[in-house]
Formats: sequence, structure tokens, C-alpha cells
Amino acid sequence: MKENNNTLVKLENTGLQVDKKWLVKGVSFEVQRGKIVTLIGPNGSGKTTTAKLALGIHKNIEGKVHKFTDKIGYVPQKISIDWTLPLRVSDFMLLTENLTNNEIDTALDLTGVEHLKNNDLRNLSGGEFQRVLIARAIAKKPDLLVLDEPVQGVDFKGEIALYELIKKISEKLGCGILLISHDLHVVMSATDYVVCLNGHVCCSGTPQAVANDSKYKELFGDRASTILSIYEHDHDHTHSTDGTIETKK
Amino acid sequence: MFDDFFIRALTAGLGLAFITGPLGCFVIWRRLSFFAGTLAHSALLGVTLAFSFDINISFSVLLVSSAIALILLRLQKTTKLPGDALLGLLAHSSLAIGLVVIGFLSYIRFDIMGLLFGDILAVNKKDLLVIWVGGAIILLILKIIWKPLFASTVNYELAEAEGMQPEKVNIIFTILMAAIIAISIKMVGILLITGMLIIPAAMARNLANNPQQMVVLSIIGGILAVLVGLFSSMQFNSASGPSIITAALLLFILSFLKINKLRQLKK
Repeated sequence: MKENNNTLVKLENTGLQVDKKWLVKGVSFEVQRGKIVTLIGPNGSGKTTTAKLALGIHKNIEGKVHKFTDKIGYVPQKISIDWTLPLRVSDFMLLTENLTNNEIDTALDLTGVEHLKNNDLRNLSGGEFQRVLIARAIAKKPDLLVLDEPVQGVDFKGEIALYELIKKISEKLGCGILLISHDLHVVMSATDYVVCLNGHVCCSGTPQAVANDSKYKELFGDRASTILSIYEHDHDHTHSTDGTIETKK
Repeated sequence: MFDDFFIRALTAGLGLAFITGPLGCFVIWRRLSFFAGTLAHSALLGVTLAFSFDINISFSVLLVSSAIALILLRLQKTTKLPGDALLGLLAHSSLAIGLVVIGFLSYIRFDIMGLLFGDILAVNKKDLLVIWVGGAIILLILKIIWKPLFASTVNYELAEAEGMQPEKVNIIFTILMAAIIAISIKMVGILLITGMLIIPAAMARNLANNPQQMVVLSIIGGILAVLVGLFSSMQFNSASGPSIITAALLLFILSFLKINKLRQLKK
């Protein structure tokens, strides 16, 4: 059934209709091993729905979704944990995968929240919780990472560090990433393929191609296409979560 | 020192505590307290059907409760009514149908009080076998589905996305709930099984800070409730089922006091 050994998930003309209203329609793209595919688009354009279609969360969908892996790490856009659950960070890390203590520590360390390991999950701040969510998703060394606005609520410095981490992880694990982000800077600089949604695929291709597409300019404004040029430069250092400078290795 | 029936009652009660402990935690976590009540109510219908067709009570309760539970899962998907309204609908209509059917069975002497509150002192050796073997099977299945069930309790979509098949484990869990009600109805009755599921687990929630700990404490709480309840019912000649639940309530209150004391110490 595999047509390309590197394809992890492939959407063919998929869509979802709820109460006679199309949330998203006619979406086709694929995520390959080692590649980052980003979904962009205005609010309500069907980004989260598309991610959930790729994950197989929605039933009764239009079109076809082919999944070629079961090792998936998911960082949802919204998640509410019921306070009736006594749940520490370390329990949450083990939610869908059996991990060793070492693997848990490493993952939490990568996202800068190792010190929170034994904390109660509901006592975390929004940004801390987001870091734990990312750590959980990468700890299981997935083939496919689906990240729905993974850095929401994370401070500005941390945001850049986390995006760099995500990029590093995709290179190290060789996993494919489906990313939803509002941050056009990041999208344009760290992505292999961009799908611009607005209820349907409005345009798609490499960041350069999308940035120059007239439909993209229409949707995001002329300034959006200049972002690419702003961001095409390199940093010689990074910051850890407490702000100290780390020279790039 | 003990009469034989008392040993049997103890053995039955302790067996029950081992099963209601872990299941009760899930009842609390998934906010299913009312769901457990609904299943218990529908059990009355199961009992009357058992009498009508002369079949095993536990078996017919299991069938009816499972059916009601599966109808509920189906209705939750297909109607726009909130979960608690659907539960109320099923609980009261199945209770009503049960009572109507009892009315037609006037030729049978029917102990409604016995059904509502059970009689743990009347369990026989066969009942004990049902409780311990049935309980062991329930716990074994729960252990097998623990990870996906817990994951889908924490977050359904996350579990679905990462291949935990939450829909399948939900159905299995629902049938386990029906099963515990089926094997315990004779002992603690319709009204008290919900108490046995909820109160020890609620007590454990007051004290635990992680899921495994809560399950263990919930089992210990259930065991203590059975011991204290049965011995005091012997001592004061009180109804044994309600005594067990009262003991569980006392433990719950104690767990509250302990929390407040800890808080004061922290200050």
C-alpha cells in the first residue's frame, strides 16, 4: 500500500462537513519523513480541522487519508485537564507510551522544564504546560509530529528556542512534522512546504513560492511577503529558558 | 467467634472493595457518578426480567445494564441533549418500567427492600464464587485496557490521535461497569452500589497526588469501610449494607480533616 517509503501521512481531497457547513474542503498534501509541512491561514480557515483530519480524529470525512505510521506525537491547540485527575507531569509524560525515567528527563530537559517533573499538572502556567505538552509529544520519538500552535503562551525568547528545537528534532529523529503556526517569520524560515488554507487550499508550495503567490498576499497583506527577506539571516547564539546565552555548537 | 454467614459476608464485601476501588476512580475521573446510578437503576429492570423468565439474576442484570449503557453511548452521539439529561431519561424510565413489570408479577413474593439495599449477610458460597471469579476477570480486563482508558480519560482527542482507540475502550469500560453492578446487586443493592463506587474513590482523591496512589487508597478505603461497617452492624444490630456506606462516609470525612490539618501545618 506504500507508494513512497518516506510518506507518513497523505491527504487526498479530504474535507469535513458539520451541520451542512463545510469546515474545510478539498485538501490534499502529504507529510514526508524529515520534512516540515506548515498550515497557515486566518482564524476559522480550517487549520486545526485539517490537522485532525490527518490524525484520523474526525469520522465521516470526505476524501481519503492514508496513514503510514502509528507512532504519532500530537500537541493539540486546546487541551483541558480535569481537576478531578490527580496527575503529575511525570504521569502525563507516560500517557500513551511506556518511557524510561531517563527518556522522560531528557525530553523535559530539552523543552526546559525538567524541574517541574514532580509538579501537579494543574499548577503549571500556560507556557510551562505548553512546554510539557511538547516534551510529551517528542519523548516517544514519533515518526510524525503534529503540532497545533505549539508555542502559544510561551514567552518570546522561549518561542524561538522551541521552534529551533522542533527543527532540530525533525533532523535528529528524521520524523515528519505537520505544524500549524501563526508566526509567519518562523513558517517562512523553517518550513519545507507551506499549505495556505482558507476553507480550502488557497495556495501551497515552498515558502518562497507561497510568499510570492498573489492569493497569499491577498490573504495576509503585502507586508507578509516581505517577511521572508527579513528572516533570511543566521543567529550565532541561542538563549536557554533562563536567558543565559549559549553559543551554537 | 464468627458465625459462618458473617465470614461469608466479610469475604464478599472485601472482594467487592477490590473491584469498586479502581472502577470507582474512573467513575470519579470521568464524571460518571450519575452514570453509575443510572446503571444501578436499570438493574431493577434486569432483576424483574430474571424473575419473569426464571433466569440467573446476575446474568440478566448484566444484559440489561450493558444494553442501557450502550444505548446511552449511542444517544450521546446522535442527540443534542446533554449527558446528564440522557442519564436522567434512562435512569427513571428503566426504573419505572422495572416497577411496572413488578406490578404484573403479583404472583411472586417480591422483596423490594432487598433489591434496593441488598443483603450481604445472605450471600451463599455460589455468590462468593461469582464475586471473586467475576471480580478477578473485571480487574484483569481493566488492567489490560488501563493505558488507553486512562489516556482517553485525560484527553479523548489526544488518545485518538496517538492510536489508543478510545471508542473501543470506552465500550469495554461501560460493560465492566454493568458487570460490577450485576455481581454486586445481591449484596449491597441498587442504591448502595453507587455509594461503594464513589465514596472510597472520593476519599482517595482527597489524599492522592497521582493516579496509581488514588487507586490503591480507594481499595484500602473500600476494605476499611467493609470491615468497619460489617463489625459495627454486628455490634449495633444495624442494617449491614447501609452500615458499610456509612463507614465509607466517615472515612471520607476523616480524609477531609487530614487535608485541613496538612494545610495548617504547611502554613
